[in-house]
Amino acid sequence: MGLFDRHAGLLEAYRDVRTTGYDPFQIRMERVLSPTEAIINGKKTLLVGTNNYFGLTFDPSCMDAAIEAIRAEGTGTTGSRIANGSYSEHVALEKEIAAFYGKKHCMVFTTGYQANLGVISTLAGPDDFLLIDADSHASIYDACKMTQAEVVRFKHNDPGSLEARLRRLGDKPGNRVVVLEGIYSMLGDSAPLRAFVDVCKKHGAYVLVDEAHSLGALGEHGRGLCESTGVIDDCHFIVGTFSKTLGAIGGYCVSDDPDFDILRVTVRAYMFTASLPPSIVASVRQALRVVQARPELRTQLWANVATLYDGLKARGFTLGPEHGPVVGVHLPDRMTAIGFWRAMLDAGIYVNVAVPPATPNGVSLLRCSLCAVHTREQLEHMVEVMTGIGRQFGVLPAQPELRVAGAR
Amino acid sequence: MLVSATHEMTVANDGMIETFTRTREISRAEVIREICHHLAPYQNGDQPIVGDTVIAKDLTIDSLAIMDMVMELEDRFDVSIPMSVIAEIHTVNELADTILDLSARG
Repeated sequence: MGLFDRHAGLLEAYRDVRTTGYDPFQIRMERVLSPTEAIINGKKTLLVGTNNYFGLTFDPSCMDAAIEAIRAEGTGTTGSRIANGSYSEHVALEKEIAAFYGKKHCMVFTTGYQANLGVISTLAGPDDFLLIDADSHASIYDACKMTQAEVVRFKHNDPGSLEARLRRLGDKPGNRVVVLEGIYSMLGDSAPLRAFVDVCKKHGAYVLVDEAHSLGALGEHGRGLCESTGVIDDCHFIVGTFSKTLGAIGGYCVSDDPDFDILRVTVRAYMFTASLPPSIVASVRQALRVVQARPELRTQLWANVATLYDGLKARGFTLGPEHGPVVGVHLPDRMTAIGFWRAMLDAGIYVNVAVPPATPNGVSLLRCSLCAVHTREQLEHMVEVMTGIGRQFGVLPAQPELRVAGAR
Repeated sequence: MLVSATHEMTVANDGMIETFTRTREISRAEVIREICHHLAPYQNGDQPIVGDTVIAKDLTIDSLAIMDMVMELEDRFDVSIPMSVIAEIHTVNELADTILDLSARG
């Protein structure tokens, strides 16, 4: 058997995907113009699939901070923090994130993926139990492949399903670590965190919540679902990323556990990779200040979510279960999703296409992510374009339905 | 945990409420029947689903759907099957034996 023969099924699916003429997994942004626009295939394109929730990638204060840091400290650290040492700015960033959550400790990672991979696989050891939501991100599943703990999945966003699995463990010795996400990345739905926390408390389980898609978006101060549901103190570990709302790259984990820092010499994804360069650390520190100083960005983001979600819903599209910075549009099958995606790109709108096996329950989706600096006009235009394509593809009824005057 | 699926019954008796638990052995045939019921939508043509059917290979089910089916079976038979154990299971028979084994161990 050849090295690549085992991927035969995937190769076939990938060939299908490319029959549209474009490869959605190798799209090239020829030039990025702003948080919401880029040149793709020689054409100015509206970006609605970049997780750039606050539009901070082009924030002048964040860009200036990064440029100053390069001039002061160079382009990179050329090694890991345990080998090459930490820069003062790494330590300052960790203090600022810990303070942001009101937690005692913070560790910063080079990517969000590595934060989940390293922390989750290391926290739960032999004889421990990791309980994960069925719709968990790949970084969580990959952590489960590395851990020596026993891993059990529970049904997505179902505290009763988690409780059944904790109950079945009975009085077996070993720690229980429950892994949740604030907002799920494919359909934009958020976890019933308070109910989960109650179940965890009852069974003495640790709670780890990944706020990758909810940092900035949820909570009065933008701390995420742990803040909006009032359970920060009950979340033993909060993980997140710098690559979405904060507009750069990197990951973090905060905790009040007094022995948390031992992870610096046990988590291999922290120990054996180069640390974040000074420019990234500087822009992230500034972005965190912007998130705290400009709550109106959160208001704008949710107004934009409402424009897109309610607009598409009114036209008859099947969407994820609730408003979220990610709006998942259900399509009947893989080829329709890819054809729809291609038609949107031709019309000058970029979104993500998500097809099995990357999606829960084998669904095919167009995954749209909103930005605080999208304009209402841009999003209303997008609803019109998608409605037209939806009719063309038979996803929506061919003739516009009679609508009540004044209804959206 | 009891040896097998438990059915709690509450019986009113002369104004007294008596609660007792009845234990019923799960039969292997019952577990296999349940597994085949969950796999039926993924049947490959007319090829019947039997004990030796290799789930990931002989059927049209993908790995994620297998894990989702396992969650349903877990709740039906009140057992939890660790992911590392699922990875070692190939046939319908092996899945049934795993469920019976975990159920017996409680």
